Amino acid sequence: MRIGLIGLAAGALALAACSAEGEKVASAGTPATANKNPYPSTYSPYPGEPTALIGATIFDGEGQLTENGTLLFANGDVVAVGGPDLAIPAGYTRIDGTGKFVTPGIIDAHSHLGDYASPGVEANSDGNEATAPTTPEVWAEHSVWPQDPGFSRALANGGVTSLQILPGSANLMGGRSATLKNVPSRTVQGMKFPGAPYGFKMACGENPKRVYGSRGQMPSTRMGNFAVDRANWIEAQDYAAGDHSSRDLGLETLEGVLDGEILVHNHCYRADEMALVIDMAKEFGYKVTAFHHAVESYKIADLLRENDICSAVWADWYGFKMEAYDAIPENAALLAKEGACVIIHSDDQDGIQRLNQAAAKAQAAGRRIGIEIPDAEVIRWLTYNPARSMGIEDQTGSLKPGKMADIVLWNGDPLSVYSRPEKVWIDGALLYDALDPKRRPVSDFELGQPGEGDVK
Amino acid sequence: MIARRLLTAISAACVTFSLPVTAAAQDLVITNARLVIGDGSAPIDQGTVVIHNGRISAAGAGAAAPQGYPVLDAEGRWVTPGLVASLTDLGLWDVGAVDGSNDVSAGEAAFSAALDIAPAINPASEHIAISRAGGVTRASVAPSASSGLFAGQGALIDLGQDPDAVMQPRAFQYVELGEWGANLAGGSRAAAYTLLRTLLTEAEKGDAARQFEGNGTHISRADIVALAPVAAGEQPLYVHVERAADIRSVLALKSEFPALDLVLVGAAEGWMVAPDIAAADVPVIALALSDLPVSFEQLAATQSNIGRMVDAGVQVALGLYAGMNQPRWAGEQAGNLVALEKMPGASGLSWDEAFAAISSVPAAIAGMDGKMGVLKPGAFGDVVIWDGDPLELGSVPVKVFVDGVDEPLDNHQTRLRDRYRSLEDGGLPPAHDW
Repeated sequence: MRIGLIGLAAGALALAACSAEGEKVASAGTPATANKNPYPSTYSPYPGEPTALIGATIFDGEGQLTENGTLLFANGDVVAVGGPDLAIPAGYTRIDGTGKFVTPGIIDAHSHLGDYASPGVEANSDGNEATAPTTPEVWAEHSVWPQDPGFSRALANGGVTSLQILPGSANLMGGRSATLKNVPSRTVQGMKFPGAPYGFKMACGENPKRVYGSRGQMPSTRMGNFAVDRANWIEAQDYAAGDHSSRDLGLETLEGVLDGEILVHNHCYRADEMALVIDMAKEFGYKVTAFHHAVESYKIADLLRENDICSAVWADWYGFKMEAYDAIPENAALLAKEGACVIIHSDDQDGIQRLNQAAAKAQAAGRRIGIEIPDAEVIRWLTYNPARSMGIEDQTGSLKPGKMADIVLWNGDPLSVYSRPEKVWIDGALLYDALDPKRRPVSDFELGQPGEGDVK
Repeated sequence: MIARRLLTAISAACVTFSLPVTAAAQDLVITNARLVIGDGSAPIDQGTVVIHNGRISAAGAGAAAPQGYPVLDAEGRWVTPGLVASLTDLGLWDVGAVDGSNDVSAGEAAFSAALDIAPAINPASEHIAISRAGGVTRASVAPSASSGLFAGQGALIDLGQDPDAVMQPRAFQYVELGEWGANLAGGSRAAAYTLLRTLLTEAEKGDAARQFEGNGTHISRADIVALAPVAAGEQPLYVHVERAADIRSVLALKSEFPALDLVLVGAAEGWMVAPDIAAADVPVIALALSDLPVSFEQLAATQSNIGRMVDAGVQVALGLYAGMNQPRWAGEQAGNLVALEKMPGASGLSWDEAFAAISSVPAAIAGMDGKMGVLKPGAFGDVVIWDGDPLELGSVPVKVFVDGVDEPLDNHQTRLRDRYRSLEDGGLPPAHDW
């Protein structure tokens, strides 16, 4: 039972009680040992060949730029990045990158592909378990439809090689995220990023209070948002200190957050609310890894830097809801100027195809007010920084020897509107090639239908 | 349905121009421009633009600078006509999700086709100011259908700061004939077409004595009266459909109602029937970058849609800048279509075609050929000087003229930017900095 909710709202209680029934999967009295990885990744890299990209401009994802560079990868891993004098071992396929650019695979820390799949019909709407204001027990991976055509667009047009699928923001606690490699697969397990930690979606602000307030239940206000959150954390602390004699899916997740095993990704627009969430995290001893949609981060960039919290932002979305009315295009640049962590995210099946373009716009907005951010730093916003927020920065997100060969070869400067991915490798396997129609993934849904296999 | 899912500009700081700020149209010569006429012709270096009495009086490489006009040296910058954004919701909302501020749709209204959006348009909207600072100087504004098959009558506006935004009220009628239209008409496309035919026939006869009720449809006498100019071909009928089959059905209406002045809106699968659209001489206003089967009426969506239609001879404007799709993104979306030209198998637009698709082409579709979206003698004095290639990411205007008036480019966003540019303790709270 979610006891912490009882004293707060009768409405919440009813729903909490309902959901609690299904959560008890171990018999009372027996110490329950939860398998922390019950739906393990079955992904293993697809075949690739040792490859040398020669003569391109290489951004390594951690702020380094190499002109006329050479990138070597083999057996799924980056082997070396160097200049024109880097020796190319025998047996490597050579690809001329002259006039082209190389980046690490693009990473989106905020996607709903698969859980709000195309076609966007009600039957495919699996992103918000909007039946109770807190549903820490749900896992996004159980909603992901691997046949969402959006994955292939993100790959081909956006160069996206890894992404985090988050539950929606109807709920204060929306559930666990799924971190995926952007590879076509029959199953979600075949996409799961090996060894990635879970993320946990939280939301503050307008959405939870609107969704539940409109039903006459808690929360209907921002203070209600916090009260419900705090009650859940109190319960989680009690559970963590207890004997674990019975399992509770939701509390297992919250305990994982308190233990630092599960990373918090908190949808939050307004600066003042982010500041309150930071204190709530301190009150209960957890850490917010990133604020998402953080359109007002520029107002508290110092606070975010001091607390080592990333801001996952759009370039210039504006005004669509009250808490987005103070969004400004200089948000990312002002954060960077203060030394705070910037992530460019999409939250959108179209935007994920152009994260590089969003980053370029955010960079230009800074330049106009005298904030010069080098291109190589801007590339970090959509590679290493999102990888770090997802806890996979030791495996991907930059082109360091030994890391996954998740690589995009762009036909021009990725910070220009006139450039597109030409080739995309995931773990060294060529999964998209603009020059080869058969290296263009076509989902089951698209087979035999108008537009099958077309350029998109 | 039209995307209901729901920059800007900065300028003064890095510009050395020193024109006197005035709210009045002024005669002006802009020299040394990388000049884009907007009609699909190639940019001209060392171009000159002359504005006289709020209109373009000359533009080109050899345009003579009249004696006594103030001269603005563009220093080689891109100089273009103001962008024309087709099918926006500019001036109809402040915050999309705040209903009280949002006049886009009227689901509870007693009228549909009779709705005239013009008096709802707020020239002081932040979105107009922000779009102006993004180089957009003219737009069509359309309501969204929710009380019936017809959305109502859209307007043409300019984005100048003055309160006189509406150039032409009741510029077009808007109807939904795809999935959303089926829904509005009672549940099927058959119902939508039956309703449309019935109403057009009634309107042709001038018989406004009847009204129709039932299954979510509500047609008042005023709606039938409002459709008379549509039936007579005096007011264009904008038809939103996406599916190839639906496009064919719309084109077939011309045989039954030959007077109809049709414009296709959406047309995500237009490339599949492009020769038919071209043969019918019906223009298209399309989203630039749809490439997902977001519904069963857009299974064949591709970013090559517009390029393929243009290649087939269809007149296509980029548009549908409503909800989350901001008018100031027109340039970069056009730039994306240029990028497709380098992709094997894809069809995009040349740079010159792409710019025309956000300037002269939407102007022509709006019935303003030669009046807006081009720098030609007699056109409105809408001129934008850019800090870079106007189709490139992050390029913004450094100067925007509307009807020859040097327009302000500041807005809520620029004021917030300036307030929070530095977080250093200035003694008093930020609220005292304004």
